[in-house]
Amino acid sequence: MGNIKFLQGNEAIALGALKAGCDFFAGYPITPSSEVATTMSIELPKIHGKFIQMEDEIASLAACIGASFAGKKTMTATSGPGISLMTEGIGVAIMTEAPVVIINAQRGGPSTGQATKVGQGDVMQARWGSHGGYPIIAISPSTVEECYIYTIHAFNFAERYRIPVFVLSDEVVSHMKENIDFTSVSLPTIINRKRHNSNDEFLTYNTSDPRGVPPMVDFGERHLTRVSTTTHDKRGWATKNQNDINFLHRRLYNKIMSNREDIVMYETDIDVEAKTLVVGFGCSFRSSKQAIIEARKTGKKVSLFRPIILWPFPDKELKEILRGIKRIVVPEISWGQISEEIKKLVNDNIEIVKVNHVDGTMITPEEIIEKVL
Amino acid sequence: MNTDIKLKYLRTGKLPHIWCPGCGHGIILGAIVKSFDKIGWEKDDIVVVSGIGCSGRTPGYIDANTLHTTHGRALAFATGIKMAKPNLHIVIIMGDGDASAIGGNHLIHAARRNIDLTAIVFNNKIYGMTGGQYSPTTPQKAKASTAPYGNIEPNFDLAKLVKGAGATYVARATAYHIALLEKCICNGFTHKGFSFIDVLTTCPTQYGRLNKMKSPEGNLLMIKDNTIPRSKAESMTDEEIGNRIIIGEFVNNDSSREYTELYTDEIIKKAMNKE
Repeated sequence: MGNIKFLQGNEAIALGALKAGCDFFAGYPITPSSEVATTMSIELPKIHGKFIQMEDEIASLAACIGASFAGKKTMTATSGPGISLMTEGIGVAIMTEAPVVIINAQRGGPSTGQATKVGQGDVMQARWGSHGGYPIIAISPSTVEECYIYTIHAFNFAERYRIPVFVLSDEVVSHMKENIDFTSVSLPTIINRKRHNSNDEFLTYNTSDPRGVPPMVDFGERHLTRVSTTTHDKRGWATKNQNDINFLHRRLYNKIMSNREDIVMYETDIDVEAKTLVVGFGCSFRSSKQAIIEARKTGKKVSLFRPIILWPFPDKELKEILRGIKRIVVPEISWGQISEEIKKLVNDNIEIVKVNHVDGTMITPEEIIEKVL
Repeated sequence: MNTDIKLKYLRTGKLPHIWCPGCGHGIILGAIVKSFDKIGWEKDDIVVVSGIGCSGRTPGYIDANTLHTTHGRALAFATGIKMAKPNLHIVIIMGDGDASAIGGNHLIHAARRNIDLTAIVFNNKIYGMTGGQYSPTTPQKAKASTAPYGNIEPNFDLAKLVKGAGATYVARATAYHIALLEKCICNGFTHKGFSFIDVLTTCPTQYGRLNKMKSPEGNLLMIKDNTIPRSKAESMTDEEIGNRIIIGEFVNNDSSREYTELYTDEIIKKAMNKE
């Protein structure tokens, strides 16, 4: 007998966070993410963790970043309108290199949009939301079990690279219920941030490695930590020095992009004779998977590519499977954002066919099958 | 100032500071580090958090843990730190626009929670760093670069605002009244709960220049002339007090429970028993 639980996606995200060692949550109520906060408010105090409901999403992410520098593994959960408010804090977490996990249960937009209906229109917001330009990590679950596992991955990336990491869920994946068998589920090893544990001199951002991730010291431990959201030198002091600015900017970029092989996750289901490739993520991956099964039953040759990590986008990996492909079908509950990313990768010989919903509903397998050559 | 204190709590490598000649901010910085010394806090246990603006540069000169954040958000970051590690002493330094315009929401909610933070507002009644725009504490009729015909907006009384929101220590001091300033900062630091100190300070470069008071000492004397101690004001009528701003301690309440203690005593205990 396994340890099977029938859980909602948002509950699985919360349990994944706790499994990863999350001991601090700050958030603000918003549909369709609220069950994450509810679960954390119940569970965190049982392990001496801290839960706080802040006055808005700006404060929620700020509190997470503060707690992160005090040594906590922190998470917040929201939906698109909340992310819009958090974009300031995302820049702070990038610049100060604060490990933090941000759950976005996507709903229909723009603005307050459709609170209870599904959307996938926040992909580019996750990539480019805050000003100034920086790489980011976003992971996209499409099952309840993946909500559990990928939230752990998200914490691992946050801790390893000192970066805000998005779990880009959506209303369907966050609200649906499925079984998780906790005895058979395969989990990654839990990663914790590197800490400067010696008595040697500590500089807050002490690394000469242009791709390096500096070790941390929690506030209140034996070395002083100096953090600034303003461009800073290795000491954490605000700087106007051209070389310091350049070094920091390039390191923030390279610590992610030079490690993209370690970060990128994807899955494929290849038919070598296929002329059509379907690319789906999140809840649209569920539709895509079913479409492939149905299409193959009727003798159609079709392949499937699923980016699990949306950012950095698995572009190299996608390009490697394009032999013989004439058409790429991209179902998205938006006007098409991943499809635009794919357009940048392929030449004119490959047709990009977008299958878009902007009506708050899932895309059906039939709508995808229709487009398969 | 005693040289030992200066060396102990100041990041001397960052000096001289960037503030204009005649700015009152350095006086408040001096009172803060002297209060650290008076209470005897270890540097490792102090976290100084600030926002953006002239006041936001203050942590850069203090040799403790420091977090220089975005405009208006210092209290929200500080709330996370305090929740994570309640044993830390957390000092938040904000400007008047920082604390009460862009950060007004965080201010009233930190006060309402009665979380053990000490918030010090460097209140020079203007946005100095960005060029002298009017703030929520600029008096009516005063000039600012964005109020060239005189300010028509009523100004906040920050002490009353924060008292109304539930802060359990509220005081107003000035860069002129040093003894009161140090007393209020020390009392704010040692108070268990949300402490708020509105410090009237000077900006000769922006506020003074735009309001026909360019000289640094003139700006300080204006504070002296326009304020009245609470002890005196109590026995005076509103007419007698006139436009003068009352300074002193307004709230010092030790009977309300502090937020992080309540969290441990109520929430964690109940959650553990349930399990």
